[in-house]
Amino acid sequence: MSHAVVDLVDYDDAIARFDPVIGIEVHVELGTRTKMFDAAPAGFGEEPNTSVTPVSLGLPGSLPVVNGTAVEYAIRIGLALNCSIAQTCRFARKNYFYPDVPKNFQTSQYDEPIAYDGHVDVELEDGTVFRVEVERAHMEEDAGKNTHVGGSTGRIHGAEYSLVDYNRAGIPLVEIVTRPITGAGERAPEVARAYVQTLRDLFRALEVSEARMERGNVRADVNVSLRPTPQSPLGTRTETKNVNSFRSVERAVRHEISRQAAVLDAGGAVVQETRHWHEDTGTTTSGRVKSDAEDYRYFPEPDLVPIAPDRAWVEEIRAALPELPAARRRRLQGEWGFADAEMRDVVNAGAIELIEATVAAGAAPAAARKWWMGELARTAKEREVELAELPITPTQIGALQALVDAGRINDKLARQVLEGVLAGEGDPEQVVVARGLEVVSDDGPLLEAIDAALAAQPDIAEKIRSGNLGPVGAIIGAVMKATRGQADAGRVRELVLERVSS
Amino acid sequence: MSTLSRDEVARVAGLARIDLTPAELDRLAGELDVIVESVARVSEIATPDVPATSHPLPLTNVFRADVPEPPVDRDAVLAAAPAAQDGKFLVPQILGEDA
Repeated sequence: MSHAVVDLVDYDDAIARFDPVIGIEVHVELGTRTKMFDAAPAGFGEEPNTSVTPVSLGLPGSLPVVNGTAVEYAIRIGLALNCSIAQTCRFARKNYFYPDVPKNFQTSQYDEPIAYDGHVDVELEDGTVFRVEVERAHMEEDAGKNTHVGGSTGRIHGAEYSLVDYNRAGIPLVEIVTRPITGAGERAPEVARAYVQTLRDLFRALEVSEARMERGNVRADVNVSLRPTPQSPLGTRTETKNVNSFRSVERAVRHEISRQAAVLDAGGAVVQETRHWHEDTGTTTSGRVKSDAEDYRYFPEPDLVPIAPDRAWVEEIRAALPELPAARRRRLQGEWGFADAEMRDVVNAGAIELIEATVAAGAAPAAARKWWMGELARTAKEREVELAELPITPTQIGALQALVDAGRINDKLARQVLEGVLAGEGDPEQVVVARGLEVVSDDGPLLEAIDAALAAQPDIAEKIRSGNLGPVGAIIGAVMKATRGQADAGRVRELVLERVSS
Repeated sequence: MSTLSRDEVARVAGLARIDLTPAELDRLAGELDVIVESVARVSEIATPDVPATSHPLPLTNVFRADVPEPPVDRDAVLAAAPAAQDGKFLVPQILGEDA
């Protein structure tokens, strides 16, 4: 494998002279209870080789049977991607030898995918909507997992032998393939990331997968090619495999654009090949392509009969589709009365669910937004975590706002309560009690503090008595200070005026 | 008319990881040719209005309910493997296919 260092062309420079075209293949592991072709439990994190059966081990004489729920999930995905659902389709064998594929072929779909000709509208951070055409979505099975032993880095290079765990072998996958994505120009990396993110959100909304990137539930292969102008024929593409975070998808596209521009500038030709993504360096390297690597000798799977989804069943699945993320965003924006820019910030901050739950806990939408997009967003940024990872729940924010609404705490105290909840001191009510943060609503202590303040500043007291209300703020300030901010300033003002006029 | 060249047979053998001697290649090129030609006669009967068939049974939509069944015992499985370690199958060094 080559680690040759290429001088990259500056991204803006590359974009000024080349038109990038991208294509993305997304694999999603379906959240079924069992595998695609056998009844082995499809879990996560079990002991190695404890979720295997003769079928998922590819033992002679074992016969696959299709998981009907997996087919339903695939149709659900196809419909949500605005695809046509095949009248009839088949599985095919994709033949290759690799230790994580115990049968020596992967059961996949080849020329007859279950869903085809769709599209998905992707919203970029600034609100621009970009339509990505979907060529197909097909069903297949996952491979096992190899662990390379020996060698210095745990990578295959230099490994002495490998260990194989087949728990993942046979987990249902749906692979979604785009048509070439053109017209994105300099925003191609951003479109790529937003597309994968949109699909992830869709999988979750459809409840077909937990779609956790960090567990590899969703994996992306990113194709990139360059051409001199948008009118030119498509250039030679590379395929960067297994890019498994949103940020990496964006970085991988960006890197390939800069790298390919450098190759073309030097008078070279881009080699059509598989490339590997290196998270640590943000670069790709060539995966050595074997001459027969692409010769998979697909043929129809003789052990499985065709799938012909009944039209009534397809329509039933369509009718039962949940509200999809884009429609939900529009509905919530209307219900909450947020401006476009406000809603976009909420979406980009990943705060929709949090605000929705906070509103459900009784807070007004504006108040919910104020907390999550204000204090909490700042805290999350300081701690370098996602909003949802903060140790505070929407229910607690709802309770906090309820205390404000009831007049038991003011905004300033509420921030201290928030601090206490984030510090693990319990629910807002507990923090209020433990820290003694309640607004002093009993006039007695307030009057004492007012009298003390007036006595301490007799000249100011005199001015107020003579009708000059200008310096009243100084007295209010002194009272607020004496009560550690726990007084209602409006009430203090009323009491001061009563006091001097009596 | 020969449709299968000796080189083609060698390539297919390579894909299938079958190590053939030159003598075997010569013999199999001829034998496979006969098989391919015999099968090709199907296309004389199967006119374009005959749909391609991948399965002899006129069945579709044979589905299984998504209900787990007990997996097989790992120790029994690994006992049948040439080598195992840490509950996993141990396979020889994988050469140069991936990185």
